[in-house]
Amino acid sequence: MEESIRITTPLTDEILEKLNIGDRVLISGIIYTGRDAAHKRLVELVEKGEELPFDIKGQIIYYVGPTPPKPGMAIGSAGPTTSYRMDPYAPILMEKGLKGMIGKGSRGENVIEAIKKFKAVYFGATGGAGALISKAVKKAEVVAYEDLGPEAIRRLEVENFPVIVVNDIHGRDLYVEGKKKYRAL
Amino acid sequence: MSVREISVDEITKTIRRLCMESNTDLGDDVIEAYKKGLETEDSPVAKDIFRQYLENAKISKEEGIALCQDTGLAVVFVELGQDVHIVGGDLYKAIDEGVRQGYKDGYLRPSSLDPLTRKNFGDNTPAIVHIEMVPGDKLKLTVAPKGFGSENMSRVVLFAPAVGVEGVKKYIIQRVDESGPNPCPPVVVGVGIGGTFEKAALIAKKAITRPLGQRNPNPDIAKLELELLEEINKLGIGPQGLGGKVTAFDVHIETYPTHIASIPVAVNIQCHCDRHKEAVL
Repeated sequence: MEESIRITTPLTDEILEKLNIGDRVLISGIIYTGRDAAHKRLVELVEKGEELPFDIKGQIIYYVGPTPPKPGMAIGSAGPTTSYRMDPYAPILMEKGLKGMIGKGSRGENVIEAIKKFKAVYFGATGGAGALISKAVKKAEVVAYEDLGPEAIRRLEVENFPVIVVNDIHGRDLYVEGKKKYRAL
Repeated sequence: MSVREISVDEITKTIRRLCMESNTDLGDDVIEAYKKGLETEDSPVAKDIFRQYLENAKISKEEGIALCQDTGLAVVFVELGQDVHIVGGDLYKAIDEGVRQGYKDGYLRPSSLDPLTRKNFGDNTPAIVHIEMVPGDKLKLTVAPKGFGSENMSRVVLFAPAVGVEGVKKYIIQRVDESGPNPCPPVVVGVGIGGTFEKAALIAKKAITRPLGQRNPNPDIAKLELELLEEINKLGIGPQGLGGKVTAFDVHIETYPTHIASIPVAVNIQCHCDRHKEAVL
């Protein structure tokens, strides 16, 4: 098996230029969580011209709503949620400096275009492997919207968090190309 | 014939246990399907995904961490023997109390909320309960937590009869194809054909709880299931949609008589994390 690429956040253009679809990547450093309700609030702040609750430049948002942690654990089960629901919001956040997204499932044309335009990346994590993924999360703290419960924004400290590059800065899509290779109809 | 009494406390206790077990302990049929998938795939990425599924199931069972963070809405099928008398309270309330306790004590995610205000109730109640009266004096409870990555990919359509069996097959394959990576493939495709709008959806949902590899007892329907499975596995979607030969683990079809004017078809998609546990009281 090919070696995984190890990267550390925040993401720089230099890192993004190295990433191609199908690359297996291990992420270490800080990532932020956010899903449906948190995205709605973040974009409302942008539209009002107000400050975001964290500095988004060069950061990665992970689309996840974890289960409550068991005693002694940093986080509970923490696999990705389906990403298309964040499509209306993602380009606005990329314009503000967001460089990476982790989720599962296809992105819309608007997101793929924005990934090219603003130089960003969309990573796929393994859906339905939340227990396994939880092992890569060393620390978690809520930084905004605690009232949203599982949907609150959390700052995660991760070590070797396993993902695959699905959409790269060249506008390519692993879901399209992977399926094409195995299609027998 | 005498009537057998079952207390609501026993029902609550059982539902609590089934909620916790179903979210951390996959059935042997699913584990076997993962192992077979690992053998079938030739791409390193697809193989790697199956290895992750197997490792995930092991960690979940050993450490009691939910298999998936989407611990679903608690779908509960009740087969209630007509000679059973439920005592000590309200059956629906007893089930909800079991869900409340199971989700809290099992560190499972509360996902249920008001559909319009989006305010989370915090305890994953109410359960989605389907009660069926059956002969006998037993009570069978099946808990099937349903995640919404796959639920959102499900559809009900009422076709004109002219569409025929071929049209129905084409629709089912197309639904899986269009869902692509979103429902966490390989999927289990639950199909309900016939009945009314809601009957088709209900039998499709129940079809998902059938063990993998078990065919519909009607040989014609069984043949249709296998034909669809073969076609779906030619789509190329593969595990997590990254490309591969295993897009579905199985297709389960249930049918019911319908009206001269229609062919209702419900396609209920289940992710690879095919969770359900049952108990008979």
